[in-house]
Amino acid sequence: MARKDFLDIVSLDRAEIIHLLDQAVPFKDLFTRSVKKVPALKGKTVLMLFYEPSTRTLSSFEVAAKRLSADVTIFDVPHSSVTKGESVRDTIDTLQAMRADYIVVRHHLSGQPAAIARQTNASVINAGDGAHAHPTQALLDAFTLREVYPELPGRKVVIMGDILHSRVARSTSTILDKLGVEVAFCGPGSLVPQTRFKRFTNYEEAMSWGPDAVYQLRVQKERQDAPFYPSDREYHSVYGITEDRLKEISDKGIYVMHPGPINRGVELCDAVLDYDRCLISQQVENGIATRMAVLFGLKPDLKNEPS
Amino acid sequence: MSIALDPAAMSAAIDRLAGQILSAADGQAIDLVGIRSRGDEVAERVFAKLVESGAQARLGVLDISLYRDDYEHLSSNPTLQSSAIDFPVDGSHVVLVDDVIFTGRTIRAALDALFDYGRPAKVDLAVLIDRGHREIPVEPRFVGEHLKTDRMDRVDVSLEKIDGKDAVEIITQ
Repeated sequence: MARKDFLDIVSLDRAEIIHLLDQAVPFKDLFTRSVKKVPALKGKTVLMLFYEPSTRTLSSFEVAAKRLSADVTIFDVPHSSVTKGESVRDTIDTLQAMRADYIVVRHHLSGQPAAIARQTNASVINAGDGAHAHPTQALLDAFTLREVYPELPGRKVVIMGDILHSRVARSTSTILDKLGVEVAFCGPGSLVPQTRFKRFTNYEEAMSWGPDAVYQLRVQKERQDAPFYPSDREYHSVYGITEDRLKEISDKGIYVMHPGPINRGVELCDAVLDYDRCLISQQVENGIATRMAVLFGLKPDLKNEPS
Repeated sequence: MSIALDPAAMSAAIDRLAGQILSAADGQAIDLVGIRSRGDEVAERVFAKLVESGAQARLGVLDISLYRDDYEHLSSNPTLQSSAIDFPVDGSHVVLVDDVIFTGRTIRAALDALFDYGRPAKVDLAVLIDRGHREIPVEPRFVGEHLKTDRMDRVDVSLEKIDGKDAVEIITQ
């Protein structure tokens, strides 16, 4: 029996994750055809409900839904009646009346997509909520890593940056862990929580652990009330991939990942983007394939339509 | 339950298919595209026969799960497999291959899928078994064996590679 919603990685078991990753492969194959679209979700409506600005995730979901032939409506929250004081609950009732089959939600509050999922028959997909989860990002990260390492168990990945406030760190570390990858966190001491994963506060120490991939988190300038580092240059020299560090990474054949959008000269220097083991553009392409697999794999609650 | 075709009869049916395709091709290149799952194995075996006879042939597989017209009635969506058509479909002469033709809906879906790869010059249809009861106007040009069945009967095709044996059974409901 298929799931109605896709809200986090924690509640998925290993077999479900592997199934989703396997299902994304045929979707990626479609991108090389002359027609990239399939009729699987013809006549279905996908509603994008983004309470937080996003260009990449929003357009990735939009492309994914359109390649499945779904109709896509973007509910432009910053310009909507929400700013006139409408509650999320009333908004959902309105949207329910529009009979959307899938609702893709991004919200600055953790748990809001789950709350919406309980209130609607539509399938709800979490596109990022607060510091809680970003499960489709995790899926595309795992898919991308699996393309270069078909045997994931035993591989090592270090996730670097502000771990504490990052939903990407949370979801991606969870999925990699479930797939048998050894995960380590690295960042400023106050921003790397104590977890069962290995913990580093020093870049060089993290690298001497011998990772197969370095996952640089984005420095979220907009989310930092009090920045955790004095300047971009400072961050770059302490935790960023500098030209010198790229040499070491390249010599060891380590892969570089980043959820985007990148801050050039902060998390990584320009030259990383030309490095042949930089996986950032694959991550973007794989985001569409994995999101197609998620949309196709869910089943809206059909028997319980609103009257 | 009754055995409609034993291994020897299936072998003969595949030989007949290959023979019909070969004589119709009249020396032209043949592009077989098998429909997953089981149409691909039939196609593979026909392909082997064609190559044996010195014909110029290519082989592809098509998964039509994304083109089905019955998602609404399924409790979960079908598991996808990769399609692999490594030759350009544009301008080619494609022979679609399936194990059984029944309502014809699978072939409708397969044609939709195939045309998203390109615009073939010509498409023919080859099936191992035609069991009748069409619901849409689709007819195979090449048929290994015709079976008389009741609308409610189930026809189960087993193939060596995927099922471990060769057999066609009719199961009466």
